Amino acid sequence: MEGISNMKHGGVRGTFLHRILARREITLLVIIVLLVAAVGIRAPRFLQPGRQLSILNDTIILLMLTLGQLAVILTAGIDLSVASNLAFTGMAVAMWNMMMPGVPMIVLVGASILIGASLGAFNGVMVAVGKVPPIIMTLGTMSVYRGMVFLISGGAWVSAHQMSPAFRGFARFSFLGLPSLVWIGVLTTGLVYLFLNHTKGGRELYAVGDNETAAGFVGVSANRAKIKAFVLSGAIAGLTGLLWVSRYASAQNDTAIGFELETVAAAVIGGVSIMGGSGSVPGVVLGAVFLGIVKNALTVIGVSPFWQMAIQGGVILIAIVANTLVDRRNQAKLSMNGVSA
Amino acid sequence: MSVSQRLAKTFVRWEAVLVVLLVGVFILNTSLSPFFLRRINLLNATYNFMERAIMALPMMLIIIVGEIDISVAGTIALSSTMMGLAMQAGASIPVMVIVALGTGLLAGMLNAVIVLKFRVPSIAVTIGTMSLYRGIAYVILGNQAITGYPRELATVGQGVVGNGMFPIPLAIFIALAAVFGVVLHRSRLGRCFYAIGNNATAARFSGLPVDRYKAALFSLNGLVAGFAAVLLTSRILSTRPNIATAWELEVVTLVVLGGVAITGGKGSIFGVILSVFTIGYLRFGLSLINVPSQVIGIITGLLLVGAIILPGLFEKLSNRMIIDRQLIPDIDSETTTIDA
Repeated sequence: MEGISNMKHGGVRGTFLHRILARREITLLVIIVLLVAAVGIRAPRFLQPGRQLSILNDTIILLMLTLGQLAVILTAGIDLSVASNLAFTGMAVAMWNMMMPGVPMIVLVGASILIGASLGAFNGVMVAVGKVPPIIMTLGTMSVYRGMVFLISGGAWVSAHQMSPAFRGFARFSFLGLPSLVWIGVLTTGLVYLFLNHTKGGRELYAVGDNETAAGFVGVSANRAKIKAFVLSGAIAGLTGLLWVSRYASAQNDTAIGFELETVAAAVIGGVSIMGGSGSVPGVVLGAVFLGIVKNALTVIGVSPFWQMAIQGGVILIAIVANTLVDRRNQAKLSMNGVSA
Repeated sequence: MSVSQRLAKTFVRWEAVLVVLLVGVFILNTSLSPFFLRRINLLNATYNFMERAIMALPMMLIIIVGEIDISVAGTIALSSTMMGLAMQAGASIPVMVIVALGTGLLAGMLNAVIVLKFRVPSIAVTIGTMSLYRGIAYVILGNQAITGYPRELATVGQGVVGNGMFPIPLAIFIALAAVFGVVLHRSRLGRCFYAIGNNATAARFSGLPVDRYKAALFSLNGLVAGFAAVLLTSRILSTRPNIATAWELEVVTLVVLGGVAITGGKGSIFGVILSVFTIGYLRFGLSLINVPSQVIGIITGLLLVGAIILPGLFEKLSNRMIIDRQLIPDIDSETTTIDA
C-alpha cells in the first residue's frame, strides 16, 4: 500500500512511457477508446452524438454515487446503503412535491442533500463511534432504508402526473446543449476532486485508509474522517435520489435496487483499492464511463439484456485481478529502483 | 476464576441474550396465534428457513477464518439452473443432485482460486462472482422458469422422516450442525480455524497451511450452496434465475447475529443455531400477522447492527461485573479469559 502512494508522488524513476503505463487511468482510457471503436465498427449508430449523450445521461448518476463510494472506500470502508438511501430520499422529496407542489425546487434540492447526508451520518457515526464494521453497518441500513421507503409510501408509487412540471423537468432542462443532469454531475465531480485533492479533510481520508494508526499519530482523527466520508456518500446519494425520480418521473419502492454493487464495481474498475488509501477521481470517472459504455454497447450490438449481469460480474473480476497484478508489478519495480538508486 | 465469576460470565454471554430473544419471539408469536405452539406448526414453520440455516454453517467457518462469501445466493441460483437443465436433458434425480452439488463446488472453487491466487479481498471477489453466477443463470433462463420436476424430488425438501412429522430439511440441518459443531469446538482443525481468524500471518508462521484451509472452506461453502439449491428446488419444484435473491445478506446476518465476529477468530455454533431459530420464527410470526416483507427487512437490518453493538456492550458489562466481584483485580485475568 505504501508503495502505491509513493509511486503517486513521483517515486518511480523510469522512461516517460513507463510512467504513463504505470498510471492505470491512462490504461483504462485506452481500453475505453478501443471498446468504443470496436462497438462503433460493429454498429456505427453507437458513435452518433445522440447515443453518446444518452450514455452520458445513463452514466452520470452511477458516476455521482461512485464518487461517494470512493470517499468511503478510501477510508477502508464500503457503503452498501447508497441505493436504498437514493430510493428513500427520492421517495421523500417526490411525496413532498406531490403534497405541496408550490415548494420551490431549490428547497427540495437542499432537502434531498440533507436527508441523504443524515442517513449517511447515521452510518458514519455507528461505524466510527459504535465500531460496527462498515460492511455490516451498511448491509443493515441497506434493508432498513429500503424498508423505510415502504413505510413512508405505504407501497404506493409517485408517478409523473402527481409531480409538478418543475419537478419533472429538473433533471432534463437544457443548458448550453447539455441537460442539467450532466451539469450537476460535472459540478459534483469537480467539487469532490477539489475536496479529495486540495483540502486537508480530503487528504485525511487517504491517510486514514492507508494506515489508521500512523494517521492517528500525526493527529488525524480517523473517526472524523470516516464520518465525513459517509456523510459525503449519503449527501450525494440523496441528491441523486431527487435526480433519479425527476429523470424517470416516477418514485417507487424498488428504485435503483441492486445499484450499490454497480457503484462498488465502477470504483474497483477505476482502480480504487478496496483495502483503502488508494484511488482517484479520474479513475472513478473512467470506471463509471466504462461500465456505462459496456451496458449500452450490449444493447446496441444486440446482446440480450439477460447477459448484462454475467458480463458485469466478469468485468468486475477481470478488473480487480488486473489491478492487483499491476500493483504487484509496480511494487516490484519500485523496490528494484530503490536498490539501484 | 471463581464459581460466581463463571456464573456471571455465562449469564451475560451473547448466547444467553439469544435465548432471551428466542423466548421473546415465542411469547410474541403465541400471543399472536394460539396455534403457534402446536408441535406440528413449530416443525412445519422450519421448512421456510432451513436452506438459509444450512448455508449459515459453512458461512460461519468462512467468517471465523476472516473471509466472507457474498456469492452464495448466486451459487444457489446457478446450481438450481444446472439441475433444471439436467432434468430437461432426462437425468434421474441422483444425477440432478450430483449436478447441483458439482456446480456449487465449482463455483466455490473458483472463488477460492481468485481470492487466494491473486490475493484479492474475498468481499470484492465474491461481489463479482455473485453477479457472474446469477448472471449465468439469467443468460441460460432469461425470464423463463424451469418447471416439471418429478414429484419424487419433493421428498427431500418437503418430506418428513419416516412416518412421523419431523421435516427432513430440519433433520439434515441438525445432523450438519452437529458435525460442524464437533469440528469447530472439539477438533484440532477447529482450533486452527480460530487461529487463522485471529492472526493469519502468525498461523502461517506456525506452520498451518492457511491457504489450503481457506480454499477448502470456500469450496465447502459452494458445495453446501449446491445442496441448499437441491433443497430449495425440491421444496418449490421450480427454478427461476431470481430465486434466493438477497439471501447472501440473510445468511451473513444469521452468522453475525449468532455472535460470530465479522473480523474473524470468534464465534460458536450454539450462537448460530440460536440465531437461526430466532430469526426464522420471528419472520414466521411476523408474516402470520401480514407484516410486509419490507418491514421485516427493517427489523432484521436493525437486529444485524444491534448484534454487533450489543455483544461488545455485554462483554464490557460482564468484565465490569467480574471486576466488581474481585476486590483486588487479578493481573492474570487477561490470560485466563483467553484460555477460557
